[in-house]
Amino acid sequence: MSSRTLPLLFINLGGEMLYILDQRLRAQNIPADKAKKADWIEDDRRRVMNDIITTMFNKKFLEELFKPQELYSKKALRTVFDRLAHASIMRLNQASMDKLYDLMTMAFKYQVLLCPRAKDILLVSFNHMDAIKDFVKDTPSVLSQVDETYRQLIEMYTPLSSGEFQLIRQTLLIFFQDMHIRVSIFLKDKVQNSNGRFVLPISGPVPHGTHIPGLIRMFSCNGEEVKRLQFRNGGNYTGVLREGSFEMFGERVIKLGTNMYSVSRPVETHMSGTSKNSAQKKSVNTTPNPLAKEELNMLARLMGGMEVQKPGNADSGFRVNLFATDEEEEEALISRPDEFSYDVIKIQATKNQQANAELAKIMGDFTEEAGEPCSSSANSKGDDLLAMMDGL
Amino acid sequence: MASNMYHKEKSIQMKSSASALYNNLSVLRIAPRSLTYFTVVHANMVNMVSASWDGLNYSHRQLQSKEANVATSSSLIMQAAWCVLPSRDILVLTSQKGIQMYESDGSIMVYWHALDTPETQTAQAVFARGIAAVREKYICVGISSGSMLVFDVPIKGSNITLSEVLEEHKESITDLASECSGSLECIADMVSADDSGNLCVWKSGEDFQLLNKIPGFDMSCSSVKLWKGTVVAGYGTGQIRLYEAVTGIVHAEVNAHARWIYSLDIAPFSGLLLSAAEDSLVRVWHLTMTPETNSVEIVHMYNECVTDTQICGAKFCDGDGYAFAVTGYDLSEIIRYTQV
Repeated sequence: MSSRTLPLLFINLGGEMLYILDQRLRAQNIPADKAKKADWIEDDRRRVMNDIITTMFNKKFLEELFKPQELYSKKALRTVFDRLAHASIMRLNQASMDKLYDLMTMAFKYQVLLCPRAKDILLVSFNHMDAIKDFVKDTPSVLSQVDETYRQLIEMYTPLSSGEFQLIRQTLLIFFQDMHIRVSIFLKDKVQNSNGRFVLPISGPVPHGTHIPGLIRMFSCNGEEVKRLQFRNGGNYTGVLREGSFEMFGERVIKLGTNMYSVSRPVETHMSGTSKNSAQKKSVNTTPNPLAKEELNMLARLMGGMEVQKPGNADSGFRVNLFATDEEEEEALISRPDEFSYDVIKIQATKNQQANAELAKIMGDFTEEAGEPCSSSANSKGDDLLAMMDGL
Repeated sequence: MASNMYHKEKSIQMKSSASALYNNLSVLRIAPRSLTYFTVVHANMVNMVSASWDGLNYSHRQLQSKEANVATSSSLIMQAAWCVLPSRDILVLTSQKGIQMYESDGSIMVYWHALDTPETQTAQAVFARGIAAVREKYICVGISSGSMLVFDVPIKGSNITLSEVLEEHKESITDLASECSGSLECIADMVSADDSGNLCVWKSGEDFQLLNKIPGFDMSCSSVKLWKGTVVAGYGTGQIRLYEAVTGIVHAEVNAHARWIYSLDIAPFSGLLLSAAEDSLVRVWHLTMTPETNSVEIVHMYNECVTDTQICGAKFCDGDGYAFAVTGYDLSEIIRYTQV
């Protein structure tokens, strides 16, 4: 459908990912006797965020992203985010990565569904961008990449009509179709029902440009109003929303896409109880061949632009857990229902030799890429952090 | 307003959920067999359910989108609708790649028309959307470029031909509708709507004739109907407007919904109008024509809230509006209501 959907999907999912990682990084429990290392943890947190954001807004990567193209399959997109999540010294286990992706996708699905107007998806994107800008406000080089992305978004999306935005929205909704994973923060806030479906209120302000339902006006042939009727609209609407700013700065008005996590509100997802209705998979996979040549080529080009640093020692880097304990994380991996497993594209599994080779080369290239060199002090930091977490 | 005009009946379960697409429900009533067919689009597939009137028998069929040189296509379907012609009913599917036409029960594909898709992806999306049967022998389909294709359909067989291409709209076609009153006196045969809200009114024939252009107001018109010479148009702002087709005179403006309207339908024998939107509401209205004063009145009759659902399709199941059916995004059922 719309060939302009991928940048919005990527930036908003990326934004949610950053909110979650930021919350988890802040929430790492530091025992009192190791408090003297607190500043150091703060530094690493900022470094992780910077590294990921730098990778997300890499110029070559964005160039590929903004080209007109169909949306990737869920599998392909998950592969991109796996890579992105590992763009720093931070490491995530499979279960934590799965949970991270669940949260990201359900959050953005919620935002897309609840946008008052289709055009407001752009305001949601700006909310994410505004927060990302704040994460890197002290790093001028990354900041300029972020600013450049604002300009690209404004250039590409502000001229679009309402109908074109609705097409983008419909494309996104097809991508999110049948996903009903329950997120505890949504359940607690009563924006999601226990069956995994989102609450759609019939109250509150109506979108900018819409009138509160209730009035019928009838006219004569020469345009004079001859009759007015009121009807009961069945809802509880209270006024009209102001229009948010579509510029680099400004009040966005829409709150969707702002950070809903905080250190005191941990994030959990529930797998059980959703199987009955939400496991209704599409009878036909939308990607007939999961490793279709075209898609692999697209992916290769996209990831080719993604300069990812690998730490000198693949085992160093510190691990972030999206669950409360290591045991929980392990348990989550074992008990995750099959229908919810994300298939990440595995290079060995591909039948397409050429694309396979290309992709493998790009993945391999990352170790040769000049990026920020990993100094020995970074390695030892990683080791120390790992030791600290083991000791918890 | 009669708060108990309709009540909910047993829903029909589908094999997959409905996608968020305009006018995503089509209903075909087959009286001689006491059956009703329903079609609902899910991504690259169409769910077709046939329901017997006694409520005892349901059968399902799924149709796939088609693409040249590919065994199974992932091309997304924008709309599926039945075209009722005097001698036959044709099921039309419009997708990103082309237009598929089937005999009414979906068992045989009788025609395939491929869209011109550019070599490299363009920023402008390519797809077909908007389907209408016009007079005795035409099926019209809209395209994302704004063009409309007119197909000439023989009484039987697969010798369907492209008769004409209408180039009037500049924005993507959203919906098409033909005059549904059955009256032969109406001058206008069809209305087409696009993403900028512009409406074109046509007379059919060897060469279709443009009778009138009704300008939009920079807001997409997602659903349109034509009844007794009156255009009923639903917009992304939630407004419904009634126009006299051939003159463009505005009869009425209704602040009908709090969100984007996704579906309109008219029951031609009774003048009941059905509207449904992303705001979870389905509303029933009544239209009355007064030919002497050339006026059209619209009154509100009934509301139905489909909780936590963004509605994408709503259609009457019969010409009187005795029953209607509703589909919603992510819902795997067709919800039905009948008059009390």
